[in-house]
This record gives sequence, structure tokens and C-alpha cells, in this order.
Amino acid sequence: MLLTIAAVTLLTLILGTLLGFAALRFRVEGNPIADQAEKILPQTQCGQCGFAGCRPYAEALAQGETPVNLCVPGGPTVAVALAELLGQDPKTIGRLEEKPKAVAYIIETECIGCTLCLQACPVDAILGAAKQLHVVLKGVCTGCELCLPPCPVDCIRMVPTAGTLRTWRWPVPGTAASGSSPSSLFANRS
Amino acid sequence: MAAWNALAQFFPAAAGRTWQLHGGLHLPDHKALANLASIQPAGWPPTLVLPLSQHIGEAARPLVKPGDKVRKGQMIAKAEGWLSAPLHAPTSGRVSALEDRPVPHPSGQSAVCLVIEPDGLDQWADLPPPLADFAKRPAAELLARIAWAGLVGQGGATFPAAVKLAPRTPVHTLILNGAECEPYISCDDRLMRERPGRVLAGAAILRHILGVERCLIGIEDNKPEAIAALRQALRESGDDATRLVVVPTLYPSGGEKQLIWLLTGQKVPSGGLPAQVGMVCQNVATASAAADAVLDGRPMISRIVTLAGARMARPGNWEVPIGIPVAELIAQAGGDRSPAEGLIAGGPMMGFYLHSDTIPITKGLNCLLALSAQEAPDPGPALACIRCGRCAEVCPVRLLPQQLYWYARAKEFDKTREYHLADCIECGCCAQVCPSHIPLVHYYRFAKTELAARDREKREAEQARIRYEAHLARQERERQAKQRQRPATPAPTGEAEAAAKRVAIEAALKRVADRKATERTHEPQK
Repeated sequence: MLLTIAAVTLLTLILGTLLGFAALRFRVEGNPIADQAEKILPQTQCGQCGFAGCRPYAEALAQGETPVNLCVPGGPTVAVALAELLGQDPKTIGRLEEKPKAVAYIIETECIGCTLCLQACPVDAILGAAKQLHVVLKGVCTGCELCLPPCPVDCIRMVPTAGTLRTWRWPVPGTAASGSSPSSLFANRS
Repeated sequence: MAAWNALAQFFPAAAGRTWQLHGGLHLPDHKALANLASIQPAGWPPTLVLPLSQHIGEAARPLVKPGDKVRKGQMIAKAEGWLSAPLHAPTSGRVSALEDRPVPHPSGQSAVCLVIEPDGLDQWADLPPPLADFAKRPAAELLARIAWAGLVGQGGATFPAAVKLAPRTPVHTLILNGAECEPYISCDDRLMRERPGRVLAGAAILRHILGVERCLIGIEDNKPEAIAALRQALRESGDDATRLVVVPTLYPSGGEKQLIWLLTGQKVPSGGLPAQVGMVCQNVATASAAADAVLDGRPMISRIVTLAGARMARPGNWEVPIGIPVAELIAQAGGDRSPAEGLIAGGPMMGFYLHSDTIPITKGLNCLLALSAQEAPDPGPALACIRCGRCAEVCPVRLLPQQLYWYARAKEFDKTREYHLADCIECGCCAQVCPSHIPLVHYYRFAKTELAARDREKREAEQARIRYEAHLARQERERQAKQRQRPATPAPTGEAEAAAKRVAIEAALKRVADRKATERTHEPQK
């Protein structure tokens, strides 16, 4: 009887110490769910979800405070991935339209060089200085549209990015646009 | 003899033995349509269209502008970046445009092309000197010559040859690919028959560049004339480091990794390069072009193209200038028997439909097919997969085509990655044997480009995140700097200062009250 109690007590102590040690030694800084959610988000920093950027939205998601379908640039793909991560039912996501990717373009003849868009850009994709023509770095612009409202002369347009041959994707097989892949039509069916 | 045995242990091919390919198909080869006549030169078309991107990697940067006169062999666009190749004028003439034109690509999209109007004089530009004594020259010099010549893999992959010839890991064997396993195509066959010396000279040059002793030439046994011609040339050259290995005709033995396995029994790791197992593989036509570049100082301005298919009036092999429009070439070859639709660029298994016949011949385009309805019947609508498993039996890479199909169809692209979609060589064996006529390769190509697009988006998102964080950090720095610059107001300390402050405030309030009072007294007088 006593031996049993002693043994169990000893075991409890040892295991408790181990657990306590592990909790300290392998402590995870920050919220891993938020990190994973942030990896899924497109990092446009556009704020269209109502948060101040992708990181704050990811943190809110990790807390379970907010729905997964708020990311506009990410569209349904991101919403489904977030639902999977957070264990939510993808059926409740609701409809999100996939928007074609676009980048901002400043019309040179209209820009007055006010620098307001420079300050609004979350990824510093606009080059310029006071009373100098501003220009958008096409390769860096995320298409968040945050530069549109501050512009006093409305000289910024969103231009859809034209795909190149290297970014071209094969159409979904079986659709009208897909045509056929020659490798399936060579006459040698035995 | 001991040395020979040791050699045979590592290179069964040296002992005349080849390894066996998994799967594969015996296809009717239809080579006799085009390989009976010798290579014919094509005439100059009214315009030559030269896409700036005829290789994988960045498009070349044009060195000439519309209106400029160019001479044959003059560099008209230079390589841009590491994985790129320059472009040369195929003949003398005038640059008439630099604009978007349709290019050979499954999308049917256009890309930037230089358009040249030949003047018919065919005047050569100043070419670099021939390096007949290449064996005494440093490899770097020859490599620079190959890079200058704009050599890309001629088998269709269009990988810049100079990059492939500078592997990062040590290599011990050069493999020349003369298998030409796809039906109809016979341009390499004719090349090996008619110019075996050039191929061997190219092999010697490539060997010298790579610093390797051994060279294996893989060739399928359905080309006896080419085998005989190469054997003869080998005997005459007295080259005992190069060995001709005849492999059984079985599609797709000409795939790079497949041929390496057939000849040496070495497996190139998944997602890896042949250089990782100490080998570099080049097409025989690339070797011949390397000989042109080094021995003649001639850049890559022409190639041999097979014209075949029952709808082609005069099938055969043509040596054509790079940039000749397809319609022009077909017209020279006696014309197509029916409207030029349904033209296939490349072979019947791996090629793709051309969307227009104004498309030019590029460095990697080895075959043009105009197949009749008997040759390429409409397979009809795809039926449901019945899980027969024949696709897995014929897959030369030992993938599970069925699983890949299910996952690609369900758009579960992560799963296709897990099932090694990237190792699929798109040979089309699975689609060929599928009793339900499912366009399997189309699904794989679709999934591959989707995966690539996702990876690209991920990279872009990561870049945007880093920039956003840098942006926040900068804002924080600026805020702190501003705070530091603001003159620090001394904090009031002690009773006396507090009292003085109170007095000052009261005085100020009184002044304000007085001013208001005077204003009020003045107002009615207005």
C-alpha cells in the first residue's frame, strides 16, 4: 500500500518535472497558428479584411475571432486553405469572387508629385519625391489599391497584369477552351 | 583485361549491354515517310521572324532596331542573364520590325520577335576565327564560343548548351542522344547518316569542354543506316573513347533520364540533374552545331526540321534558317494537301497544336506534322477511368498516372506534388494506352502549371511580406528620429518653478480676457 503510494508519488514528481522542463525548454514563441495563417495570406497588406494588414488578420484568425472569408485578393483559394487550417467547415465560407491580378499605374501627365500615394503604399512600391513624377514598381506592387483613395487628382489606374508565356497556365482539361493535347490522339489504340 | 572488366562493371554499355526501361511502348514509327530523301536546303522566305525567347530562361535583349542592316551570323540579340542564349541573323537583310508575333507555344500567344527581310545577298558578317586546334585550347574559351553561338538543346527542351556544359559537380561521361524515339521524326537520323563526322567532331569538342574521357552515343536499333554511318566514321577517326550503343526501339528511350538508365544503369535522382550522377547528356544535333560553332565560327542560324504526316505533300527533312514561317516552309515543301490547320509542332506524342501557320521555326522545333484523320483519329469524349492500371504499367518513370489524374482533376495540387508529378516527362504513354481516352498528359500539364503559379504567388507574397515589414520598420525609425530631433522641453522641477508657471498662466488668461473685453467695447461702434 505505502509502496504503491510512494511509487505513484515518485512517478508523478518525475513526470511533472519532465513536463515542466519541456514546457520551458520547447516553448513556442508567438502563435504558431497565426504564423501558418500568415503564410497562406497573400501579403498584399491591403486592409480590405478590416484589419491593418495580413499579420493582424492572421492573429485575429488564430484567436478564432473573425471569419475566414474576408481576404479579397486571396479569393476562394485562400479562404478554403484558411478553413482547412482552422478546422472550419468550408461550406460556410460564402461566395468570394476571384479577382484578376492588377498592378497600379500612375498616369505621368496627371501626377502632381504630392507624395500621398508613397505614404499609403504598404510595400514601398512607389518611387518619387515631392514635386517629382511618381512611378510604380510593377514587379513589387501587390495590387492592394491603397494608393487610389489618397491621390488628389485620381491619376492612378489599376491595370490587369498581362500574363507572359512563362506564367501561362494550361487550361482545365475538358473545358471548351482547353482544346486537346496531341499526345492523346495519336492513332495507335490497340 | 582487368581494366576492361572494371569498366564493364560501371558501364555495362561499354561491354555491349544495355539496361531495360520500365514500361514504354512499341509505336509504329512512321519514319520512312520522311527519312528516305537526303536533307534539302530551304530557300529564303520574304521575312524571317525571330522570337527573342527561343530557349528556356530570360528572353534575349535585342541589339538592333528596326531599319538596321544586318549581316548573316551577326549577333542581333544578346543573352540576358544566366539561363539565356543570344540570337544571330540567319541571313543578311534589313530589320523591319521588333514586335509581338505568334510564337510556337501551346498557348498560341504572341511574344516579342525581331523580323528580318532578307536581301538575298546572304553576306556573312565578320565571324570569330575557326578553332581547328580546339584540343589545345582551354575549355573556357570553347565554352565561351558555344555561349556566343547561342547553342541550345536541339531535342526540344532548348536548354542553353553552355550552361549544361558547365556542370557544378564533376562529370565523367558525355552521353549523346541519338535515340530519336518519337514516331515520324527523323532529323537526327538523317544528320547521323549524312554528317557522322560532324557529330563525332562535336562529341570530341564537348568531351574536351567537360574534361571527360568517355562518350556514349545512344541510338535506337530502327536506324541501321545511321548506326552504320557512325560506326564507319568512328573507325576512320580512330576514336576509341567514344562508343556507339544500340538500344532497342522502345518509346521513350530518348528521354534524357531514360537514355542514361538504358546506357549506364544509373538513375538520375528525382528532381535532380544528370550531372549529379556524373553525366551530361546532349542531343546529336547539338553536338553537330557545337562543331559548327567551334570549327567554323558559325553561330546557330539554321536547323534540320522533319516535315511529315499523310497530309504533307512532300515529306522530308529540310535544313531551314531559324525564323522561317511554317507556312512558307510547307509551301516550299510542295504545299500541304489540305488547309494548314491541325499542324503539330514536335512529335505526335509530345508535341502541341500550332494555332497559326505564320509561326516561325525556332531553335528547338524539330518536326512539323500534318496528320490525316486516319493517322490521328478523334478519340471522342473521355470516358470514366475504370482503374485498369495500364497507365502505370507503361509509365517509364514508374509514377502512378491514375492517382495523379484523380488529384489533378480534383485540383488537389499538393497531392500531385507528393506523387512526384514533377518527375513526369509528359511522354504520353499513359494517355496512349488509356482505354477511356482520358487526356492524361493534359491533366498533368495543367497541374504542373498550376503548381508553378502557386509557387510563384508564394514567392511574391513572401517578398511583399518582407517589404511590408521593412516599411513598418522604416516608419518606426523615422518616428523615433523625429522624436529625438524635437527640442526637449525641460521638465518643471520644484515648487518655485511650478508657482512661476501658475503666475504665467494666470497672466496669459488675464491678457486674453482684457482683449476680449476691448473687442466687445469696440464692436457696437462698427
